Amino acid sequence: MKRPSRDTQDGSRRVGRRGLLLAGIQLGVVTTLALRLRSMQLEHAEEYRLLSDGNSIKIRLLPPARGLIHDRNGLVIAGNEQNYRVTLTREEAGGDVEPVLRRLSRLIPISDARMAELMEEFSRRTAITPIVLADRLSWEQFSSIAVNAPSLAGVTPESGLSRAYPRAGDLAHVVGYVGPVSDYDLSKIEDPDPVLMLPEFQLGKVGAEAKLEGVLRGKAGARRVEVNSAGREMRELSRQEGEQGATVQLTVDARLQNYAAQRLGQESAAAVVMDVQTGDLLAMCSSPSFDPNKFVRGISSTDYRALMSHDHRPLADKTVQGVYPPGSTFKMVTLLAGLDAGLINGGSRFYCPGFTEVGGRRFHCWRGGGHGSMDPIQSLEQSCDVFYYELAQRVGIDRIAAMARRLGIGVTHDLPMSAVAEGIAPDRAWKKARYDQPWQIGDSLNASIGQGYVLASPLQLAVMTSRVATGRVIVPRLVRALDGIPQPLVEAEPLGIDEAWLRLARGGMDAVMNGAHGTARRSRILRDDWRMAGKTGTSQVRNITAAERARGVVRNEQLPWNRRDHALFVCYAPFQSPRYAVSVVVEHGGGGSAVAAPIARDIMLFALEGGLPPLDSVPSDQRAEMEARHEAMHLYTPDPPKSGRTRA
Amino acid sequence: MAYLDYQVAQAPTGWRKILHLNWPLVFLLSAVACFGFVMLYSVAGGQADTWAKPQMYRFAVGMAAMFALAFVPMWFWRGVSVFSYVLCLLLLVAVELVGDIGMGAQRWIEFGPIRLQPSELMKIALVLVLAAYYDMLPVNRVSRPLWVLIPVALILLPTALVLKQPDLGTSLMLVAGGGILMFAAGVSLWYFGAVFTMIGGLIYAVMSSRGTDWQLLKDYQYRRIDTFIDPSVDPLGAGYNITQAQIALGSGGWSGRGFMQGTQSRLNFLPEKQTDFIFTVLAEEFGFVGAFSLLVLYTLIIGFCLYSALSNRDRFGALLTIGISGTFFVYFSINMGMVMGLLPVVGSPLPLVSYGGTAMMILLMGFGMVQSAHVHRPR
Repeated sequence: MKRPSRDTQDGSRRVGRRGLLLAGIQLGVVTTLALRLRSMQLEHAEEYRLLSDGNSIKIRLLPPARGLIHDRNGLVIAGNEQNYRVTLTREEAGGDVEPVLRRLSRLIPISDARMAELMEEFSRRTAITPIVLADRLSWEQFSSIAVNAPSLAGVTPESGLSRAYPRAGDLAHVVGYVGPVSDYDLSKIEDPDPVLMLPEFQLGKVGAEAKLEGVLRGKAGARRVEVNSAGREMRELSRQEGEQGATVQLTVDARLQNYAAQRLGQESAAAVVMDVQTGDLLAMCSSPSFDPNKFVRGISSTDYRALMSHDHRPLADKTVQGVYPPGSTFKMVTLLAGLDAGLINGGSRFYCPGFTEVGGRRFHCWRGGGHGSMDPIQSLEQSCDVFYYELAQRVGIDRIAAMARRLGIGVTHDLPMSAVAEGIAPDRAWKKARYDQPWQIGDSLNASIGQGYVLASPLQLAVMTSRVATGRVIVPRLVRALDGIPQPLVEAEPLGIDEAWLRLARGGMDAVMNGAHGTARRSRILRDDWRMAGKTGTSQVRNITAAERARGVVRNEQLPWNRRDHALFVCYAPFQSPRYAVSVVVEHGGGGSAVAAPIARDIMLFALEGGLPPLDSVPSDQRAEMEARHEAMHLYTPDPPKSGRTRA
Repeated sequence: MAYLDYQVAQAPTGWRKILHLNWPLVFLLSAVACFGFVMLYSVAGGQADTWAKPQMYRFAVGMAAMFALAFVPMWFWRGVSVFSYVLCLLLLVAVELVGDIGMGAQRWIEFGPIRLQPSELMKIALVLVLAAYYDMLPVNRVSRPLWVLIPVALILLPTALVLKQPDLGTSLMLVAGGGILMFAAGVSLWYFGAVFTMIGGLIYAVMSSRGTDWQLLKDYQYRRIDTFIDPSVDPLGAGYNITQAQIALGSGGWSGRGFMQGTQSRLNFLPEKQTDFIFTVLAEEFGFVGAFSLLVLYTLIIGFCLYSALSNRDRFGALLTIGISGTFFVYFSINMGMVMGLLPVVGSPLPLVSYGGTAMMILLMGFGMVQSAHVHRPR
């Protein structure tokens, strides 16, 4: 690329003329740019300034309609209803919200306290966040605000959907409730969905609403609106509807749940009904209940305090969160542990003199005089404690605990409900870890009859009963279908316990109801094709001292409520081909056979009948009482479901 | 031998070159970059770490590269021009084959830690090879058809590759930069006239065929053209960005809304505010005063380059200077014209101001060659 040096002296090779021409053209372009700049920024600045101030196009999110929750028959247990409300955006109100609020208070009542609360909220949130001033307005209030909108800058009357629970308290614990999104909720979520920032948005707080939030929420839509300089919407430019959340069908039966709730009445109690073949939870009733609709609207502090201070704990879901010493209902576990270990068989007998002495301590049977010689079936029928004291000493706690876990006690069942309790199936390792103490033989004896460290929830007791009844690992489930797609049922595996041993345990449970000396004979079902098997349990919540025992057993009714025994009952029916398992726990209810068993029997009958228990299925002396009870009930009779269409 | 070509006796050597640098140009470039830092700080909402600081580091590195290149003698650049052009062309092909997909277009190629954007490098390489070509070509042959076809091919080859990526902005830049260089080299004005006539005819054919059976473009392409002509027909779709940009720009008025006070950019009405639309932020916050000042600075940069080229008796150096400054000119006028609604929206940053590493590095390297041409010009 060399070239002679003369070239630099050759004038024709210079870019002179063309260079100047180029400079001229470039100057022309620059001048054009400058003139355009001048025209826009100096001559038309005012117009652009107006456009900018009133700018102009805003994107507003459309909250998606929340997915509905149905019961197993398609009845709506959580729906959405129309809600009229007004919001105010500080920026659109011109920065100062107070005059706007004053003017608005002439149309709808705003108390001074509410006013102060709102002012505080406005100062806390950013200027562009709309704040809800009032909701659940009547149509008259709503339309009066809409008419006066021009004088209320920044105020937007909106109609939206709000969660409603038509079954009120019946399913409050299962379904839970939604509520406004709190800062605490937001802090827990990484990268929150922008729709959560909407003032009216409702988030699942408790129960299935919270656990199934992901499927229920749906997808937000958006609309682009043109607003004027006051921030008022002039017109909608485009709209993309959101996607409604999926409809969730639960396994619960709203009518059965309703009956169970009324049958429990004002007791502090829980009842679980489970399909023993599929694991479907047909009813999960915790009493007393509360009205979840109050939480959706924002519960008043008086109401909330009343719920919190109630000694029957209405907010707690006792079916899965409450854990109780299962008492004698645990005896099937101990019995099966002994049978499964090969230490006893159907013909084995233990002698019950009324007590057992171990390590210098006396462990009493509930019947002071003793039962005499007991075989496994009789031990369940009459609920002999000494039989299990003897058995426990031979089996050892570790095998009992392992059997408990096999039957579903001391394990967390995976359900979309809040705070599902694990319960306790204690063994040596557990006590070492928990109390750093060695296991004592006395602990085994207490555990063998479901006292001491053993704790189980009503759900776990129902699972245990189902597994004993079927001999398979029945897993409880609460979701029947998602978005119309039935959830697959997994074939339950066999428990791996010899069928002969299971038959013994079932025979014992049958004898409890139908045997001559059965502890729950009074609550038997007369109809033979519904024959029921069950087990009573009465668990102490206090120690009975030797002095008390010497004075004679104190009657439960003489004790203060919270020191009385828990009444428990588990059962399944029909005995020949089991369909349902029921567990009932009545806190401080007294005796299992007297209190819990009749309740469980009635709920079982309702499930079997699909309606009110027929009077002829109970012993004749109880029929009048049952009839009176039915008449006092206000049962839920749903309209026949309309072709699956419900208001979104 | 080449050394002698440049009459070494009169050209400065060694460190003395530093005294003969085009210092006004250095200061002007720095001033423009400072505008960039301030605006990047502002659009990040008062955060230096987001964009402003990285931009400063890159500018420092770019300036160092510019000084280093300025010391390299002119004849070296002429010597490597063909080689660098071929290399860039190969890299463009390589990008086509293995390049990463960035922003929906294939633009980058990775060499270990270095991420190359060959289309940016090509802007310089094309100027180099065209300057060398016209340096070699006797002046009386410049306008002969065959000798015009060669540079046209040199321009269109990389343009086609870049267009395929697809990167419309850079393709336009290559064509315009090459065209400016050919214009400066003295190619007959008839050729330019013919090209413009053809383009005009094509536009007429396209527009008049609309709605007929033989329409040349798809309907959505016509709608894009409509949006360009009048953004308000589609204020939410394609016209949204440009409408918002113009509102921001116009609302600045004489002195602007003040530093960090631009509502358009604050409220996120503006898209791409740290890159393609940064000029609108400047115009909104500093008004006509700020925007016009930047335009003046740009014009002065072009002016100093042109003066240097006109006073350079070495044809290669002069053409190189015009080519680089011409590319720079096309760069900022396309961007400004776009945000002011004079040109359609093509992705094109504001040189030295928009956030972006490679573009700034390459530009400063180009100015390094301009400096080299200035330092080593025959005296």
